[in-house]
Amino acid sequence: MSNTLSRRRFIQAGGTITGGLLISFFIPAGAKKLGDLPAGNTMFAPNAFLNILTDNNVKIVLSHVEMGQGIWTTLPMLIAEELDCDWNKVTVEHAPPGQPFVHTVYGIQITGGSSSTWSEFDRYRNAGATARAMLIEAGAKKMNVDTANCRTEKGFVIAGDKRISYGELTEAAGKLPPPANVTLKDKKDWQYLGKPTKRLDAKAKVNGQAAFGLDVYFPGMLTAVVAHAPVFGGTVRSFDATAAKTVKGVREVIKIPTGIAVIADHFWAAKKARDVLKIEWNNGPGENFSTAGLFESYKKLAAAKGIPAGNAGNVDTALPATKKQLNATYQFPYLAHAPMEPLNCTVKLDANSCEIWTGTQLPMHDQAVAAKILGFKPDQVKINIQFLGGGFGRRATPTSDFVAEAVEIARASKKFIKLVWSREDDIRGGYYRPAFLHQVNIGIGENGLPAAWKHTLVGQSIFKGTPFEGWMKDGIDNTAVEGVNDSPYLQSVPNYNIDLHLPTAPVSVLWWRSVGHTHTAFVMETLIDELAHEAGQDPVAYRRALLKSKRHLDVLNLVAEKSGWNDPLPAGRFRGIAVHESFASFVAQVAEISIEQGHLKVHRVVCAIDCGLAINPEGVRAQMESGIIFGLTAVLYGDITLEKGRVKQRNFHDYKMLRMNETPLMEIHIADSTEKMGGAGEPGVPPLAPAIANAIFAATGKRVRRLPLERSMLNA
Amino acid sequence: MIKLTVNGQPYTVDVEPTMPLLWVIRDVLHLTGTKYGCGMAQCGACTVHLNGDAVRSCVTPVKRAENQTIITIEGLSTDVTHPLQQAWIAEDVPQCGYCQSGQLMAAAVLLKEKPNPTDQDIDDAMSGNICRCGTYQRVRKAIHHAASLQKQGGTQ
Repeated sequence: MSNTLSRRRFIQAGGTITGGLLISFFIPAGAKKLGDLPAGNTMFAPNAFLNILTDNNVKIVLSHVEMGQGIWTTLPMLIAEELDCDWNKVTVEHAPPGQPFVHTVYGIQITGGSSSTWSEFDRYRNAGATARAMLIEAGAKKMNVDTANCRTEKGFVIAGDKRISYGELTEAAGKLPPPANVTLKDKKDWQYLGKPTKRLDAKAKVNGQAAFGLDVYFPGMLTAVVAHAPVFGGTVRSFDATAAKTVKGVREVIKIPTGIAVIADHFWAAKKARDVLKIEWNNGPGENFSTAGLFESYKKLAAAKGIPAGNAGNVDTALPATKKQLNATYQFPYLAHAPMEPLNCTVKLDANSCEIWTGTQLPMHDQAVAAKILGFKPDQVKINIQFLGGGFGRRATPTSDFVAEAVEIARASKKFIKLVWSREDDIRGGYYRPAFLHQVNIGIGENGLPAAWKHTLVGQSIFKGTPFEGWMKDGIDNTAVEGVNDSPYLQSVPNYNIDLHLPTAPVSVLWWRSVGHTHTAFVMETLIDELAHEAGQDPVAYRRALLKSKRHLDVLNLVAEKSGWNDPLPAGRFRGIAVHESFASFVAQVAEISIEQGHLKVHRVVCAIDCGLAINPEGVRAQMESGIIFGLTAVLYGDITLEKGRVKQRNFHDYKMLRMNETPLMEIHIADSTEKMGGAGEPGVPPLAPAIANAIFAATGKRVRRLPLERSMLNA
Repeated sequence: MIKLTVNGQPYTVDVEPTMPLLWVIRDVLHLTGTKYGCGMAQCGACTVHLNGDAVRSCVTPVKRAENQTIITIEGLSTDVTHPLQQAWIAEDVPQCGYCQSGQLMAAAVLLKEKPNPTDQDIDDAMSGNICRCGTYQRVRKAIHHAASLQKQGGTQ
């Protein structure tokens, strides 16, 4: 809370040229400084979080971007609660890049880590409360009453039978100094927070009006597509655009650092021309890469000593001393994010300025990257953030890949262009969830509980070699081991050792919704299930014996109760359970399955979450449903494989997505919790896959050690 | 020159007859509610109505739509009053929202043909539309909701 107090000094307020009241924050450089990020925009940017207009409309500016997770609604709820404005007069827009919008904890402007709501809980409420205090002061003066006799309701300051609208007070309020202190509302007085609230962006998303990056259009603008190297790390040796240039509508074909760009009147012409380009590539060493070879090399690496990532007792002596042991090797593929809106970026370049339209999770970073390419200062680059047609991490690249590529095309061609990636470009364009291998050796004690646990993880680092390398500590990329090194089970194991290998590979990797937990939760939760079975115990009871954390236990008990864990199932139905903490939230899920003619059918998923206070419970429920579908898609289909350096998958026919007919019934239960707030966007994903795998074991007696699910696992 | 009628508006476009209707709608007419997701009839984001049928505009040559009636999401209703649009808002269906134009256009044909769809009808009609955010359960609920709204308010 001391953070909040010191931050308050940086609140700025004032009148606007249009007579509105503007509330801004100016935050000192972030808590965690990143080593070598390109210089950000540090200029004084008078951007408002909140602008009350004379017509009583309230414009709320989002420091985080809307990519489906519902922040377009949740952040305004925080302001509306403290401001007492009319919810129907709230409008929302994305913030531009700028220091005021830097993440309150991460120190850069980013939407990610399931952190938007909890990290803004104080800042946005303070913005609302500050504005309200100033409006009350202005209103009291105007009505000639004491501020103590004033109250506020739906956009009015009220004293007795007198009332003045906020809109009428903005000018006077804008001339007042902001209060040194504001008191936030008591929880019992909340009107909005903790109440299910409908999305503010729903209307625009059901009539075609929501503006995504791909929808940007200005007269004279052209469309660009790029032929990328077929192999990671490949470069253009030579190209022949003769045939491409004969396609009607093609304006130019140019070489850029990432390939050959075709610029045309529209996407169709550009794509047709790209199809007939003749390009000779220098494929480089990436040509010898295959995922089969990668996993072979990972297996060998797992036998060697890695970076120490966690230790207790002495596993080397304790493990051989146990009578019963369990050894398992797990394998997880590369995964593409595949947001429904393919990547795109529009760039308009003039001699001294650049304007960009795109959907991005890293606006200020993209701005800095664009400026660096152009030799501009960041403030010469304006970025207009559109709705994101899905993010899942793909629109937060340390290289700003799609923004940088669009800027390169605009620079080389001197044309106003919209870069569009085809679905094939997206599936084959890298920045995947890194492939991982886990080797685990467990010694089981006389009591059936694990006495020694040796755990080796092998996979590429997301941070290493990027501007985010500053987030690594002692050679450890936490995104590789999260979920293992902080496992609540290991706290109950007297001897354990965690070893990490971070090999390099030509394939570019990135955070993918729930990041390291996508594989670590699977390993931990299927192993615990296996240990329970070995001990002849019920999986829920066995977990209870190991778990000391109240929040794990609470969601475990809640999901067991709501799923009817102890009730018999109809013939042919089987259950599996998993519980996992990620992004400071605790989620447990029970999956109910059957196997019909060698096919997995998931009938029902019951989910319990403790995310602390759920600001918008409806939004939390939606994110749990979303995470379950995302997780199930990965279990059934998620697989990016490479042979001779080339990605085999290319579109939704061979990189499949879960569909309506495969959707289970989902029941979401939010724990009534006063614990520390956590995230919602990602934590629904990790428990799903192990819950399914544990149900498959119940059905078949087979342990799933690889994802995606192989057909052979479903034969009894 | 190809003559088209989109949402009741006549247009004449100078494009190749094989150009997919999707790119004519988006890049020539600048009606951007219809989305590009895959370009090969896998995801349904580009779904529009052609003479009342749900078609994948990304694989429909514009020539096939010549002089036919085309309705896009912008023409589903002029004021967001279609029962499906109201149900979508009431059930909080959209997340990122990118696929929802296609979902709505597919659902509109389903509701017209089967005013009281069963879950199986919904599976059959909607499984061609991918939603990466996984809003399927809400889509299903909203279709049932819209069916009841339609019953109360008469057919649209």
